[in-house]
Order: sequence, then C-alpha cells, then structure tokens
Amino acid sequence: MEIRVQSELFDMGAELNRFAARCDGAGAVVSFSGIVRDLAQGDLDAMLIEHYPGMTEKALGKIAQEAAERWSLADVFILHRFGELRAGDPIMMVCTAARHRADAFAAAEFLMDFLKSRAPFWKKEITGQSADWVEAKAEDEEALRRW
Amino acid sequence: MVELRYFAWLRERIGTGHEQIESRAATVAELIEEIKTLSEAHDFAFSDLTSIRAAVDQELVEFDAPLSDAREVAFFPPMTGG
Repeated sequence: MEIRVQSELFDMGAELNRFAARCDGAGAVVSFSGIVRDLAQGDLDAMLIEHYPGMTEKALGKIAQEAAERWSLADVFILHRFGELRAGDPIMMVCTAARHRADAFAAAEFLMDFLKSRAPFWKKEITGQSADWVEAKAEDEEALRRW
Repeated sequence: MVELRYFAWLRERIGTGHEQIESRAATVAELIEEIKTLSEAHDFAFSDLTSIRAAVDQELVEFDAPLSDAREVAFFPPMTGG
C-alpha cells in the first residue's frame, strides 16, 4: 500500500507502469485519474487545492486499509496533489491490483467515493473575475451509502 | 491549551489558519460556542454549522464528540477531494 501527497506534477503513465510492475502476478490492475476540468466558460486560470497535512495522509491510509479489508487486493496506490493546478493537469490517481478484475474495479470505485468526501482536501477555482471554493455535492455524500 | 486549525473559507473568514485557545469545553459543540465569542469574524464564520465539519486530533468527528485530552481541533467545510 502506498499513499503519496505532493504538489509536483506527476506522469500518469509512468506511475501506472511502476505500480503494475510491482504487482507481478496480480492479473488485474485498475487505475483512475482525476484531471482539472475547465469551467463551462473555459476561463479557469487556476485551481488551488488546500489540504490538512498530517490528517490527509492518515485519512487516505484509513480509506486504503478499509478497501484492503473488504476486497482481496494485491496492492493499493493513492496519489493526490495540492497547490496550484491548471486545467488539464492531473489532480490525483488511484490504482488497485487484484487477482481478478471485479475486486480491482470495486475497490477503485470505493476509494474514489471515500476520497471525495472523507479526505481533507478543498478546491478553489480562480478566474479573472472570481475565486470560489468548490462546494461539496449532496450526491457525493449519497455515493457513500452504497458501500 | 487547545490548538485550533481552520481550512478553506473558514480560514479566510477568520483570518488565520491556526490559533490557540484556553478552553473548558467538554465537547466539540461547546468549543464552537467558546470560539464564537472570540470575535465577530469567528461568530460569522461559525454561523451555519451545517456547512462545517470537525476533526479532533486529525480524526473526523461529530459535534457531540468529547474533547477529553484533545491537542488539536480542526474546523473546515465539507471536503472536496478527488
């Protein structure tokens, strides 16, 4: 299990290859990458991501641990960035490895659902005219109920 | 002494990301009542508790959670990771 919180840009392909290489024999590797979406008007100057150092790593570790207890996983990797990002930049990535794909898919979805509303990150969208904190969506909270 | 941490718009409204408070509060809810008396900005920041979450020593908790030996209590809006 690996948890990484960083401000630096990362290479999705390289991270996935590295993860897959160390999960030799797993049979199934699933990855999800979140990318900064531009606003509808196409005027996003930057997305600022704030986090709570210390709690962030603990919360992500706990979510990964929970996934490892629910599904039969060979490995889990969570990477999340903070700081100033631009439209098109990768924000985060989760990778899961298992003997069979059902476990890897389910665990990746579980990780994403919990990471959205249980890991201490906050996003702020900056344009030429405004700077707004992104509001949590009711559906993100709803999504946790299915687990 | 309890170390207080604020994040996102809560930090902006209060004007600082951390401060210390001498507290007699037994729960998070009682601590919030004490914090609200610190200044108008604090009172305003904590005016709608439905949009605030709390963590005691870096663990997410409900407002009725006991503080007992808590060293660090954090307040922030609902999280928007991913």
